[in-house]
Amino acid sequence: MDPAQALADLTEISSQIEAAVLFDENADVVASTLPEEQRARALVRAAADLLAGAGRFRSDAVEVTQLEVATHDGSVFVVRDGPHRIAATTTPDPTVGLVFYDLKSCLRGAAAEEAKPEAAASGPAPPTKRRRKKEPGAET
Amino acid sequence: MPRRKVLGLLGFGTGLAAGSVLYRRSIGRRRQRVDIYFDDGSMVSFVDGSPEADRLLPAAREALAAARS
Repeated sequence: MDPAQALADLTEISSQIEAAVLFDENADVVASTLPEEQRARALVRAAADLLAGAGRFRSDAVEVTQLEVATHDGSVFVVRDGPHRIAATTTPDPTVGLVFYDLKSCLRGAAAEEAKPEAAASGPAPPTKRRRKKEPGAET
Repeated sequence: MPRRKVLGLLGFGTGLAAGSVLYRRSIGRRRQRVDIYFDDGSMVSFVDGSPEADRLLPAAREALAAARS
């Protein structure tokens, strides 16, 4: 699924999500629901700060996979899956489990689309088994 | 004291106590907090007022401002 389409589907499915942005490990915006790129970049910057800040609470090599910051004005969600990340803002008191589920689905959909061209570039597809039509005189 | 007055006061007191409990519950639910999930399956939660939450809440407010400005 195209990242922009994945985000469009996300905001259509979840009425609690106000804005969402897909970004990579370098905090570069991949796709966003925000109309202005500057705002998308500001949201990504804040989300990357949240991930980095949350990661500092553990001294071992364990990584943060997801987080939620709930404020009186709304919540901020950040989910990480390998190099892919998604951040979203919601209305106050969202259904946390549902939002995380929708964000992960969106992230997976966008990541699957990215993996497709890589698979195509890696070489021709392996040969598929074909049924051979039996010759009329051939033994069974 | 007339019986009716006592019952009225009792009802008022009960209503006040119930209202207070409901109000405190709703405020408690809306308390600011930070929930962090790690890839080993563990999770930590920091409430408003803790040094950890105070460190992350400003970034969350920035994110909300960026999304709504």
